[in-house]
Amino acid sequence: MCEVIVVTSGKGGVGKTTTTANLGTGLAAMGKKVALIDTDIGLRNLDVIMGLENRIVYNLVDVVEGKCRIKQALIKDKRYPGLYLMPSAQTRDKSAVSPPQMIKMIEALREQFDYIILDCPAGIEQGFQNAIAGADRALVITTPEVSSIRDADRIIGLLSANEIERVDLVVNKLKIDMVRRGDMMSVSDVADILAIPLIGIVPDDENVVIAANQGEPLVGNATLAGRAYKNIGLRVLGEEVPFLNFEKRISIWTRVSGIFHRN
Amino acid sequence: MGVLHMFHKKSSGKLAKDRLKILLITDRINCSPEMMDMIKTDIAKVISKYMKIDAKSMEIQITKEAVRGRIVKNPILYANIPILDLKHETNG
Repeated sequence: MCEVIVVTSGKGGVGKTTTTANLGTGLAAMGKKVALIDTDIGLRNLDVIMGLENRIVYNLVDVVEGKCRIKQALIKDKRYPGLYLMPSAQTRDKSAVSPPQMIKMIEALREQFDYIILDCPAGIEQGFQNAIAGADRALVITTPEVSSIRDADRIIGLLSANEIERVDLVVNKLKIDMVRRGDMMSVSDVADILAIPLIGIVPDDENVVIAANQGEPLVGNATLAGRAYKNIGLRVLGEEVPFLNFEKRISIWTRVSGIFHRN
Repeated sequence: MGVLHMFHKKSSGKLAKDRLKILLITDRINCSPEMMDMIKTDIAKVISKYMKIDAKSMEIQITKEAVRGRIVKNPILYANIPILDLKHETNG
């Protein structure tokens, strides 16, 4: 049974590509066969986040236009046995692919994979329509900011209008110290407003930038974000994993720093 | 930012949440004008059973504004339906 997941957000820069890379890598590390598909035609990025940019020969548009077989466009990630990436085209635009073509391609991929993860472009135009066309479920990524939550709400409306029934929320780039000061909405504030099930909380972590610099997904390593992404993968598999307790970590730190302040 | 300041000002996180709540009500309505049209047609149909109304110039609107000076918690559906004839039409 293959599950097709679209990772979307509406607003740009909230972490769709990073989430796609880390969720996919995490699932592959758990032994699943995973295809990552970059649907952002003209502005591809998933290849660089994955560190596979030098291995691209064919892309999504080539497959859709019949210039190559699907298999030729799938780059095998050597780090995990079941992990593949289909890059997007950089020199074309969103109109190069249509939703029926996406559905056809995904149907052909279903038999070979356990999970197909689609990295959706920002916006709600054709690129979004292409990305959600063949999806069974969606992860909506938002940061705890007014503009990104507003866009996420719009996206949730559009997903349900397109009959994608299972939609889960990932709150990304959470700044725990700001939430404690009351200067950032908390995860429960965001989840209350958007009213969809929460599947992940990813703290704002410098290691995400470092990992992107290196082209190495950080899922599964000891960093806070690495652990958070691993947990999202487990929850996608249907496991019940408690959310990381960031507040507790902070309070220990506050206590430690408090000792120094007193002296 | 002194202690006094904290008493006067709502935290920016709380402010963001309050602004979003109101913003999303308007957004969500704008999101599906079809649904608003369906509601309007259905209301017109029901009212027409009992009186003659001017369905073409009726208006409906969902707002979260203060009613008679009180801030209401839930959004409200306003319907402005011009009545042409209050008499019940038996053959309608």
